[in-house]
Amino acid sequence: MSDKKHGGRFVRKVAEKVRRPGSDAPDDDLWESVQLARHAERPYTLDYINRMCSEFEEMHGDRLYGDDAALVAGFGRFHDRPVAFIGQQKGRDTNERTYRNFGMAGPEGYRKAMRVMEIANRLGIPVVTLIDTPGAFPGASAEERGQGGAISRSIQMMWRLDVPTIAVVIGEGSSGGALGLGVADRVLMLENSTYSVISPEGASAILWRDASKARLAAQAFKPTAANCYRWGVVDVVVPEPEGGAHTDHEQSAEILDQYLYRALTDLDAIPSADRRRARRERFRKLGPLRDPESGMGMATGRETPPPG
Amino acid sequence: MSRVGRNIHVSVDRLRQLAHRDARPRKIKADAGTCPKCDSHYSADEMSRNLRVCPACGHHFAVTARERLEQLGEPGGYVELWPELRAADPLQFTDLKPYAERIADAEKSTGMGEAIVCAELEVRHVPAVAAIMDFSFMGGSMGAVVGEKFARACDHAAQKGLPLIVLSSSGGARMQEGTLALMQMAKTVIALDALAEARVPVVVVLAHPTTGGVWASFASLGDVTYAEPGALIAFSGPRVIEETTREVLPSDFGRAERQLANGQVDAVVDRRELAQRIGRILHILSRPDVDPTAGTAPAGLQWAQGGAQKVKSMMDRIRPGSTDGEDAG
Repeated sequence: MSDKKHGGRFVRKVAEKVRRPGSDAPDDDLWESVQLARHAERPYTLDYINRMCSEFEEMHGDRLYGDDAALVAGFGRFHDRPVAFIGQQKGRDTNERTYRNFGMAGPEGYRKAMRVMEIANRLGIPVVTLIDTPGAFPGASAEERGQGGAISRSIQMMWRLDVPTIAVVIGEGSSGGALGLGVADRVLMLENSTYSVISPEGASAILWRDASKARLAAQAFKPTAANCYRWGVVDVVVPEPEGGAHTDHEQSAEILDQYLYRALTDLDAIPSADRRRARRERFRKLGPLRDPESGMGMATGRETPPPG
Repeated sequence: MSRVGRNIHVSVDRLRQLAHRDARPRKIKADAGTCPKCDSHYSADEMSRNLRVCPACGHHFAVTARERLEQLGEPGGYVELWPELRAADPLQFTDLKPYAERIADAEKSTGMGEAIVCAELEVRHVPAVAAIMDFSFMGGSMGAVVGEKFARACDHAAQKGLPLIVLSSSGGARMQEGTLALMQMAKTVIALDALAEARVPVVVVLAHPTTGGVWASFASLGDVTYAEPGALIAFSGPRVIEETTREVLPSDFGRAERQLANGQVDAVVDRRELAQRIGRILHILSRPDVDPTAGTAPAGLQWAQGGAQKVKSMMDRIRPGSTDGEDAG
């Protein structure tokens, strides 16, 4: 299949990049990848969904309070089977950006996501999440309607699902707002996306007490796909077209399509109980620490670059 | 003695105190000094007897994790679990100061290994496992060690059939551990489900402050959730919100009392009543011998039986000859 060949070539290219000695990347590269991850022309959640699905029906509202345009959720036909797609949605022009709240979802967004996940689980439909957010919305109204609880319950729900789940970081994945959609059997990450505990700007204000140190923060966090793979945070690095995903939406969606299809097929073969056990183990072992008792430096990451 | 020659007594201590007040900015230490809210003075001893609550106005001061254990359990009656775990520095992180140095400093100044202490203890005669955070250790932030100790506490409680008491006081995920700190949110939430499977309750106490990734993970998933008076409970802190949205927030934004009105917590509980309230709810939730859902009594689930027995014998002493112990048990 020509598509498959396509994927293979890009994987090799990424593998080479990661394998390159000193790929902890020169500092400028890190800042560049942060910029690339939120490039205005980068494909957003609906750009991928509409290209990957032959049909897609978006669902609206959390049935409790309202509808959150910063997070889209619905069901689509993907390779002739139903798949639930959920993801934060950014906007391209000023109007749309405001309408989408810059991809910062509130509690209604996460509750809508949970509603769709519950339906998918009941009907035996796999769940795919696309992560692209600077963080969950920081606002008084969001707080008062339970932003914290909405995110924690979304995490809980994703872990409890019996159906196969895949999370893909397609742009910037920052803070609990990203992780709210990030607990899955397989976590994929696009080559030029970032995945971090907080946005560089947020970190710079808190750790350096100076909003202009975002570049330094990015260098300290090293939130690139290659590093996340090395830490064991993501399982697969998905290549992008030459020059980045923003140069060719069609091709980007085509590559992601292939990777999702492969991951879904893999997960289909695993019994649900085993999948959940593996999901639990996957997250349980993340985070290196020192345990003098057992004498281990408990390293959990990978030493090797991703396989081609 | 003539009126003119009357001696005026002024305490030297008081003069010294006054001198300090003017000379340098006041630094409020948790163990001695002045209440920032009502300006009343107190001795360290008085304060600890009052569980670090201002006797005059009820302001709740920060409490270290070990002191919390003393407050909740019987004096000296707890067994600490996994105190040996220490943070690693996976990112070789440096902000204004290298992370490794920050950990060493925190360890030295607090005498603790990490921002959470786990222990087995009895709260008002009800045996339980406690996971208690300490804000004085790097802002109570959650890195791999906090995540791991919390997850182990969940497993331990589930295995022993004991309820879990969580006391949160944290600024959120530990940024110095980057993306891996974020993953601790998933790890802790997943770990909580071990308790659900063992059918034992989780009581969460939200102390000041409980924010960020800790509020957006295990701290908001308690079966019963109490908050200490005045505790800030929020995903995004007021400063971040004001900077991002330019909203003007009310002064009590995110505070426990307001979060009670918002429906985010079950009750605001004064620290001086906390142990009693936790003991009471655990007692209420403790099941009789028969599991109503299973129809049989699975082993290891009668976690409050010891407590119930003690209460019963206590009641018998108060009311000798009382035949119905049911109301106590």
